[in-house]
Amino acid sequence: MTPTTLFFLLCGLSLVAYAIGRRRALATGAASGGLKRLHSRPTYYGLLAALWCAIPALIVFAAWQAFETPLITELVVAELPESIRSLPESRLGLVVNDIRNLVAGNIVAGDIDPAMRQAAARYRSLQATSHAALAVIVLSVGGAGAFWVRQRISVRLRARNQVEAVINWGLIFCATLAIFVTIGIVMSVLYESIRFFQAVPVTEFLFGLKWSPQVAIRADQVGSSGAFGAVPVFAGTALISAIAMLVAVPIGLMSAIYLSEYAGRRFRAVAKPLIEILAGIPTVVYGYFAALTVAPFIRDNGALLGLDVSSESALAAGLVMGVMIIPFVSSLSDDVINAVPQALRDGAYGLGATRSETIRHVVIPAALPGIVGGVLLAVSRAIGETMIVVMAAGLAANLTANPLQAVTTVTVQIVTLLVGDQEFDSPKTLAAFALGLLLFVVTLILNLIALYVVRKYREQYE
Amino acid sequence: MINALDSRSARVVSQPPTRLGSREDLRTIGEATVANPKISCRHVDVFYGDKQAIFDVSLDIGNKEVIAMIGPSGCGKSTFLRCLNRMNDTIEGCRVTGAITLDGQNIYDEKQDVVPLRAQVGIVFQKPNPFPKSIWDNVAYGPKIHGLAETKAELEEIVETALQKAGLWEEVKDRLHQPGTGLSGGQQQRLCIARTIAVSPEVILMDEPCSALDPIATAKIEDLIDELRTQYSIVIVTHSMQQAARVSQRTAYFHLGYLIEVGRTQQIFTTPRHRLTEDYITGRFG
Ligand SMILES: Nc1ncnc2c1ncn2[C@@H]1O[C@H](COP(=O)(O)OP(=O)(O)OP(=O)(O)O)[C@@H](O)[C@H]1O
Ligand SMILES: [Mg+2]
Repeated sequence: MTPTTLFFLLCGLSLVAYAIGRRRALATGAASGGLKRLHSRPTYYGLLAALWCAIPALIVFAAWQAFETPLITELVVAELPESIRSLPESRLGLVVNDIRNLVAGNIVAGDIDPAMRQAAARYRSLQATSHAALAVIVLSVGGAGAFWVRQRISVRLRARNQVEAVINWGLIFCATLAIFVTIGIVMSVLYESIRFFQAVPVTEFLFGLKWSPQVAIRADQVGSSGAFGAVPVFAGTALISAIAMLVAVPIGLMSAIYLSEYAGRRFRAVAKPLIEILAGIPTVVYGYFAALTVAPFIRDNGALLGLDVSSESALAAGLVMGVMIIPFVSSLSDDVINAVPQALRDGAYGLGATRSETIRHVVIPAALPGIVGGVLLAVSRAIGETMIVVMAAGLAANLTANPLQAVTTVTVQIVTLLVGDQEFDSPKTLAAFALGLLLFVVTLILNLIALYVVRKYREQYE
Repeated sequence: MINALDSRSARVVSQPPTRLGSREDLRTIGEATVANPKISCRHVDVFYGDKQAIFDVSLDIGNKEVIAMIGPSGCGKSTFLRCLNRMNDTIEGCRVTGAITLDGQNIYDEKQDVVPLRAQVGIVFQKPNPFPKSIWDNVAYGPKIHGLAETKAELEEIVETALQKAGLWEEVKDRLHQPGTGLSGGQQQRLCIARTIAVSPEVILMDEPCSALDPIATAKIEDLIDELRTQYSIVIVTHSMQQAARVSQRTAYFHLGYLIEVGRTQQIFTTPRHRLTEDYITGRFG
């Protein structure tokens, strides 16, 4: 029996356990004078039986899966002839790999040693034994759990409390899982970054003004010494994000105000989803639009005015990105503005405030924490955006504040550093991780600032 | 519109005081009109969408008088009150027909600007709704937007006077720059009253201003109403008949959207002329 079949079998068994537990609870209730007598509703008894059936069995299942392969390998290796066993560690690993391939029925390079064949057969038989044993153990553990609960069912069994406790632990598990995944990601990026900083000093990375990550792969290559100053790259990100925010914040906020305060219900019902569609357009499509329509448009018009505009410009990428994030600002702001209680508006109207006074003095201040939240979400979206920038802003790491020139951003550099065949331990590839780490730190700081701003306003306004 | 103001067309039945109106008869009885009214309503109907909430109400509000509106929950007191300064404009689907005049000017006229109207006819809501600003800003907000003060000193004086009139000055004079939302419910309600009188309206509408207050705060507000009466006309909605009896000169009884009976407060509470009024006052329903 394969593990997958076994897993589904166990699910089926839990369902049966549920039915049995519930049936038993109904019978117990009826026998002792009505369902009211039961401590919990019958469903909870069923759930309890199902949980006791599934959870211990799953734990056994998982543990077995984790230890099965190394254990079997150990046993097979122990039976290999002395000549093979005495091979060095790395060669032995290759032999084990060959055996596994044989087991899986793959073609193995070179002649097949009879000893290997024998080992493969042994491996296969051990695996079959193990699977059979696992099936027996898992199903009996499940059955035993369910049976144990069934025996305990009585009017006084606090099934609801026990089920809720289990669910509580499940929730805790999920919550911590997210945290651990985050920590894991940070650690892996951190690890690679530290390797990078062994090759390139931190100060050069943080304060260097030149970014040119081509390093000599062979000793006889000339002309690519590699310069890893991150400042131009981050300046590019900042420039494009700033342009995008200059587009998105005013337009998004104004449209949110219009939709929530002025527009009629019918217009709102049509316009809001339409604006939200902007967020659903794939960024690649925005990329075409920026590179093929907006950038040439800006270049040609710039030329008419006698400006020197490069055909890939920060302005084009920023403008299109701004359009893309309008819905983040407008939709979230619209929601928080709508959440401002009507009583506050009535208070202002009742004093003879006009509509615009009411919005400016009462509604917007009350909605500000939420609006700041929406804007910050948009900022992180802008900082993380890659596709539009790749297509419309170019790859040249110019350190400039002129939006008409080509710039590059952190995410674009990460992509170009990692795309293609790369040596994994050269500073060039490792630089991608250092950039990622720095980007992470920057967005973290932005979020902290946002949190601080929002909390300050909360204190002042509620 | 001129016709509508003619009091002879008002739907008022004069009946001898001894005979009670029958429960099925929803026509208004009593003195719905007064000489020289501040606000005068004629044949007012209010609809929320298709649903009619107020049926053909005609009522005058006199100069410098306190008129109480009583009636069972959902009978349209708040709705009618909100018509008087066009607060119903902010509710989508709400439609008002008939004529309401303030000093002889139809407030539902197309040329009427609601901003000065609401400055003239202030409103205090059932639930206190201070702005999430400081106490000082709450009171100063109205005078600021209407440009009532030329200098900072003038503004300070307006704020202080308003808070004093609302009986809140002593409690908050040391914490004027703390948020108004940090006050207790009763203090918040008095803050809202101060906010309203800081604009110096001519009429004040109060929608159950004491429903959230303890007896002491209630007594303070009732004193305040007595005092304000010398300068303002006041319309107060209340569920407390004792309160209506204490503060008002005239009382109007509403029932299911109809104005059933209006009269001197004393008369309404001692010798109601309509059966429905009598039922309500003696606590037979409502
Ligand atoms: N915004 C609204 N939309 C639709 N119907 C409404 C609205 N506000 C009030 N109504 C309806 O109008 C009628 C009168 O309501 P109103 O609030 O004026 O009653 P009220 O006399 O003030 O009651 P209460 O004493 O409980 O405050 C009720 O039937 C109510 O359901
Ligand atoms: Mg009401």
